[in-house]
Amino acid sequence: MKGRIHSIETLGTVDGPGLRYIIFTQGCLLRCQFCHNPDTWKMTAGKEMTVAEIVEDIKTYQPFFESSNGGVTVSGGEPLIQAEFILELFTELKKLGIHTCIDSSGGCFSRSPRFLNTLDKLMEVTDLILYDLKQIDSEMHKQLTGVSNEHILDMARYLDEKQVPIWVRHVLVPGGSDDDQLLQRLSDFIATLSNVERIDVLPYHKLGVYKWENLGLAYPLENVEPPTEERVKNAEAILNRKITIALSET
Amino acid sequence: MKVADEVTKNNPWNGFREGNWQKEIDVRDFILKNFSLYEGNEDFLAGPTEATEALWDQVMALTKEERERGGVYDLDTKIVSTITSHDAGYLNKNQEKVVGVQTDIPFKRSLQPFGGIRMAAVSAESYGYKLDEEVEKIFTDYRKTHNQGVFDAYTPEIRAARRAGVVTGLPDAYGRGRIIGDYRRVALYGTDKLIEAKKADVALIGGNGVMSEEIIRDREEHMEQIRALQELKQLGDIYGFDISKPATSAQEAFQWLYLGYLAAIKEQNGAAMSLGRVSTFLDVYVERDIENGILTEEAAQELVDHFVMKLRLVKFARTPEYNELFSGDPTWVTESIAGIAEDGRPLVTKSSYRFLHTLDNLGPAPEPNLTVLWSEKLTDNFKKYCAAMSIKTSSIQYENDDLMRTHYGDDYGIACCVSAMRIGKQMQFFGARVNLAKALLYAINGGVDEKLKTQIAPNYAPVTSEYLEYDEVMKKYDTMLDWLAGIYVNTLNIIHFMHDKYSYERIEMALHDREVLRTMACGIAGLSVVADSLSAIKHSKVRTIRDENGIAIDFEIEGDYPKYGNNDDRVDQIAADLVKTFMNKIKQHKTYRQAVHTQSILTITSNVVYGKKTGNTPDGRKAGEPFAPGANPLHGRDQNGSLASLNSVAKMPYNHSLDGISNTFSIVPKALGKDFDTQKANLAAMLDGYAKKKGHHLNVNVFDRETLLDAMEHPEEYPQLTIRVSGYAVNFIKLTREQQIDVINRTFHESL
Repeated sequence: MKGRIHSIETLGTVDGPGLRYIIFTQGCLLRCQFCHNPDTWKMTAGKEMTVAEIVEDIKTYQPFFESSNGGVTVSGGEPLIQAEFILELFTELKKLGIHTCIDSSGGCFSRSPRFLNTLDKLMEVTDLILYDLKQIDSEMHKQLTGVSNEHILDMARYLDEKQVPIWVRHVLVPGGSDDDQLLQRLSDFIATLSNVERIDVLPYHKLGVYKWENLGLAYPLENVEPPTEERVKNAEAILNRKITIALSET
Repeated sequence: MKVADEVTKNNPWNGFREGNWQKEIDVRDFILKNFSLYEGNEDFLAGPTEATEALWDQVMALTKEERERGGVYDLDTKIVSTITSHDAGYLNKNQEKVVGVQTDIPFKRSLQPFGGIRMAAVSAESYGYKLDEEVEKIFTDYRKTHNQGVFDAYTPEIRAARRAGVVTGLPDAYGRGRIIGDYRRVALYGTDKLIEAKKADVALIGGNGVMSEEIIRDREEHMEQIRALQELKQLGDIYGFDISKPATSAQEAFQWLYLGYLAAIKEQNGAAMSLGRVSTFLDVYVERDIENGILTEEAAQELVDHFVMKLRLVKFARTPEYNELFSGDPTWVTESIAGIAEDGRPLVTKSSYRFLHTLDNLGPAPEPNLTVLWSEKLTDNFKKYCAAMSIKTSSIQYENDDLMRTHYGDDYGIACCVSAMRIGKQMQFFGARVNLAKALLYAINGGVDEKLKTQIAPNYAPVTSEYLEYDEVMKKYDTMLDWLAGIYVNTLNIIHFMHDKYSYERIEMALHDREVLRTMACGIAGLSVVADSLSAIKHSKVRTIRDENGIAIDFEIEGDYPKYGNNDDRVDQIAADLVKTFMNKIKQHKTYRQAVHTQSILTITSNVVYGKKTGNTPDGRKAGEPFAPGANPLHGRDQNGSLASLNSVAKMPYNHSLDGISNTFSIVPKALGKDFDTQKANLAAMLDGYAKKKGHHLNVNVFDRETLLDAMEHPEEYPQLTIRVSGYAVNFIKLTREQQIDVINRTFHESL
């Protein structure tokens, strides 16, 4: 089976535990305003690679995975758009004893039998999900990403039902998600999940802006600066429930 | 004085476990019987003492002044340096725990004309000094030098190849170095016992047999060794120590050992004057003194700091041409740390930590060239400490002990950058390298040099087609490499014959066994350029662009091709095959003194000069652009991330390149992980992984490109900024601007 791959980075250290081989898949349904990989959006770009081809390459990195408790992370784009491809890939990787991880935003999740059929199987060969919860407020989510968030929150519940460990990732955008009330609501939602191993706050950064320019796209967060260290700490404290903010009535 | 101390004075070996080392010269046995494995972390380490700080301030002030004086603080123009030529010299006698400098004052460079009087004169002149006329006359009219001997024997063909730079960087105009005396012997046995053992050796050489040339040379050399040991004892006297007897304390052990090394650098200005593997040996003395209550941790660290400070002061007078090759005033005082004993115990002691800790106490520095002999079996604590110090200082290189131990046992050291040798049992004839990229152009152009436009290699049939055809190029390249290997070994034979004759390393060889294994250490440069060129010819279309005489002076590549450094076998295999092929060609030629053939893939900083001397190449590299250093992929061509790049280099076969395979790696801190703990763990894991992949050597740099750019503009703010280049470390601000730009243009792995 072939997958549509944007690129491969052989040394990932921030997308899951240890040293990781990162496969960036091509194609995404979301159009996040802060996206630092807009070049992965288009469904038809990238290059096609077979599972066998990728596995052959991955094998040569096993010593690095073993020494670091690392493994393979599929990121994107939105990997789950190519769930069947990843299922086949991960099935092969599990035969080799390699740790598998998916970095997803759940954008293409639905409870349709057809999708779930694949996803259920995929979750059996997936060790960890890095799960992006970008915005708890559905309206604002739509504004930020182009889609509302009900199905995304639903996928978090689905992963909880399946007891797939997740690391929640939340991009902190000043003027967007960096709001105590919103953070507290997100925190309350996360607290309903029993499969959360870790919560990471990712400070919004501008390292991907040049890609927007290369693609001839207007960058919507032109005037937004990265959050201060203090605000990052604040968000971490709220999400990890070290402090609680009283929610005002809405 | 405590009782234990008293006893030790009478019996210097008191408290040590018995072994064969007492019956004969056997330092390895002493270490294995006596060293104390330390499995803990770095929390025990002590900071610098007041004396250390004061002395280091003094060194930094002298360094600044040296820079302001144009790179040389002072230079001896009259006294020919020998083991005993100068009076004692100090930074501050009252504060120094380990003493001794090369001349009578620190930072003053010695005069060493035995390698070549012209070089001594030129290097003096380039810094505004004039060599004493009497000395110049003696070494011109009465005493022949190494350099003159070599040029007497060189053939016109060799001279031409040397001028064109296809055989290059040769130690025919400077000391060959890369010989490690077993300086530990001085501390463990004292000079009397060493002289006694050498005398017994002489009696065994050629007793009743034929007085052949070999036997005569051997006898003469051994008498020179004995003389050097006697002078070493006198050097002790000059500094007020009786080193005829074994060291009785840690301080004496450091001092005795250092005097042995000092004697070597007073007599030889070899390119690399490496130290060996001393930290775990010295630790035995430190532990004994701590046990006996006569040394504290602070005092132990002070000994290490002061010893290391001395190693940072080693300096030689060099010519501008030499500096162009090996930039930044390197001396390669390489110290090999840790590794694993053959019985499986890590050779990690508290002093392994103390030596690395000097990078904190004195700040980062290129020398001594701290080399960790890495193994998966090292303790986790030590691995993480090494990684932490690399991240903080970029001053450490790593070499694969698991790979080397099978060839060299567990008491080898690294000479220069990547050359392993059994200490006191093995030496090498340093052979610099040949330019394989230029040789490829010779194959295409029928031996005509693309820059000089003259016939350098034999006029074999050139490639005349418009497009380069892989099989034809390979066939012609193979023939050209046959010629190159032959002329190369011949050149080295001449050089080392003459070096032995006119500039024999008496004291270093006195600290070796009688029977020494010699290697003929050949080397190759331009590996990635050739691999990519051949890949381009094979996997895309390469069109030649010719001048009016039909010489291919440029190449046009149509289409893309796999590039070395991306873990792609289609090209990596070409590189690996080339390494093996050239080694086999070298092996066909007879060597001087039956030396065993080896080769390295190492350029040091000379990749810049070699690039300058080489025309456009079929991989698309433009004339004059630097090669990649050592076995590295060419700058910017490794695009699949760090591990792909490491995997490619790890495919180069160490068995066919036993003198070492250098890889220099630069990564921004953030790419190693979010926080310091993760970064440490990831770097250690990366080194483990590279070792498992059988990668040989890794220079690790951890910093942002911006730091280097800033240092270029404001050198005064970065007096100690140290970076690893190819096999050694340099003070960044001492590099030429060209080399600084080369370093900045190298691949920085920075994906997040």
